Amino acid sequence: MTTIAYREAVQRALREEMRRDSSVFVFGEDVAEPGGVFKATLGLLDEFGPKRVFDTPISESALAGVAVGAAMMGMRPVLEIMFADFTTIAMDGIVNSAAKVRFLSAGEYTAPMVVRMSYGAGARWGAQHTQSVESWLMNVPGLTIVQPSTPHDVLGLLKSAIRSPDPVIVLEHKNLYGKKEDVPDEEFLVPIGKAAIRREGTDVTIAATGAMVDRALAAARTLAAEGTEAEVIDVRSIIPLDVDTIVESVVRTGRLVTLHEAPVFGGFGAEIAASVGQRAFGYLDAPIERLGGAWSPIPFGQVLIDEYLPSEQDIVRAAERTLSS
Amino acid sequence: MRVRPSDGLTGTQLLDMYRWMLLTRAYEDRAQELWSKGLVVESLHGSQGQEAIGVGACYALRPSDVVAPSLRTRAAFLVRGVPVRQFLAGMLGKATGAANGKATAHHMGRPEGGILLGSAIVGASIPVATGAALAFQLRGEDRVSVCFFGDGTAQRGDFHEALNFAGVMKLPVVYIIENNLYAEFTPIAKHFAGQSLAARAEGYGFGGLAVDGNDILAVFDTVSEAAERARLGEGPTLIECMTYRQRGHSSSHAPTEGRDPAEVEAWLKRDPIELFRGELDRRGLLGDGVLEGIRASVDQDVEEAVQFAIDSPLPDSAELYRDVYAEPGFGNEEAR
Repeated sequence: MTTIAYREAVQRALREEMRRDSSVFVFGEDVAEPGGVFKATLGLLDEFGPKRVFDTPISESALAGVAVGAAMMGMRPVLEIMFADFTTIAMDGIVNSAAKVRFLSAGEYTAPMVVRMSYGAGARWGAQHTQSVESWLMNVPGLTIVQPSTPHDVLGLLKSAIRSPDPVIVLEHKNLYGKKEDVPDEEFLVPIGKAAIRREGTDVTIAATGAMVDRALAAARTLAAEGTEAEVIDVRSIIPLDVDTIVESVVRTGRLVTLHEAPVFGGFGAEIAASVGQRAFGYLDAPIERLGGAWSPIPFGQVLIDEYLPSEQDIVRAAERTLSS
Repeated sequence: MRVRPSDGLTGTQLLDMYRWMLLTRAYEDRAQELWSKGLVVESLHGSQGQEAIGVGACYALRPSDVVAPSLRTRAAFLVRGVPVRQFLAGMLGKATGAANGKATAHHMGRPEGGILLGSAIVGASIPVATGAALAFQLRGEDRVSVCFFGDGTAQRGDFHEALNFAGVMKLPVVYIIENNLYAEFTPIAKHFAGQSLAARAEGYGFGGLAVDGNDILAVFDTVSEAAERARLGEGPTLIECMTYRQRGHSSSHAPTEGRDPAEVEAWLKRDPIELFRGELDRRGLLGDGVLEGIRASVDQDVEEAVQFAIDSPLPDSAELYRDVYAEPGFGNEEAR
């Protein structure tokens, strides 16, 4: 085992896959010389050279389409979108092209490409650099979306994403790049489409993603001090969504809190709530609580960001509401 | 006198090119008839008047090259090997058509023949074709990617982003603007204030050329030379083919809706098929029965395709669930 940071896990995943498969290449704005604004691609240029690791013009729309074209011709592009908010510019290539390549050619063409992007609020980057975009993309059949919350998972999920035969969006929370964890030295993959139970509990299930997983774990510790054992599930994969793991947990706990950074309305928590309502209605002992960002653009100032995001206390209170009904 | 690539074309090849133009025209006219009878479910975007571009350009390429046709580059599909019958069946939404009935014929892709999958978002194929060129460059292959689009599409942001990227990377790509003077219904003077679309290439660091898009040999020569430069690592070329859309934007619109009759008449006199027929005649290639023979074989192909398309079955509804992902049922389908 070696202790590595989330950004180093991204670097290692890319390095291992580029060594394994010569069709993998990494491109995006400032990913080569500077190693990315979050240094998640640092060192790749030195090992793999300027053909396989290169900087691009600020042209997200073209970059997404270029990835599609290269993937259709047998390459495995890994495109970095510096901030997930910029997917608005890349949206056509991702939604109208990449997601539909296999379908519209009856499988004669495929688009095995990865789009990595930093997302998430919590630091002062402003309204157009901090959004959680999974809801914008999760209504698009053909896409796969993962949201790893730990160094171990970003390493294993990014490797799985690169090997996927279909386009995969990898959402990396910008506040997690410095997070450290012990990971195995030998190669490993994390399968796409499997949630992880981060903490076992019997009283309430909290289903969270990304940086909210750690906040849910902190809330669970507070709840434990009060005698409530919360089960914390790291959803990890938006498409496909591992409904089974969440339903099995709710069958045991009878209570559910969903938690993410994107606004509650139209957020993926609604999908989880609907699936649980459909499949575990008889096991629910309380209405499902949904936590997410406020219905406002994400603000710049810290006081307002704190107001925007679900706090540890918000999570504790939501869990308590499910227990009191 | 300068030796032109087309000087090397044999009489047989020239007649073959003429046949592709005629087949494309016959196909379009027949599809329009079928549309009027309610048999064609796809909205037609006729390429009548622009056949010299698709045929001339594709004739200049190698089988290993790839093309991204515009919605009005019908000829490119045919020259690159899509059977007329499959194309027409696609327009009828049949199981034997594009992607087993899942895709419109206009934007179909086919690895055999190197036809990149298109998009109904005009301009989306410019970055995609550019990405194909990137793949060729990364692997060190001497293949070229050729992207066709209209003057209207040239106003999309993707035009700028993709051409700038290709210029920076010196990619083996040829961009062909089919400037037919109309973006849907809007004449070019209302969507472009500049003098030349070809001139934009200078801003991207590569060459831009304007060519008579109704002169098939001029198109062939220009694309041949551009493809050769691309193969030699000299980067992209932008070619603006001046042409004219003889029909309305789509099958729902009258051919000359809102246009100056004098403009229409002048362009019809420069019909690309008639111009080329004249050239073939001057070269003495149209001996007794040659034209009649070509016309008869073209008509036979089209009629055979019509019968095939009409006789073909509609797709099975299970087709909807195929090819969404590599693994059937992957994704969140169970939520349905």
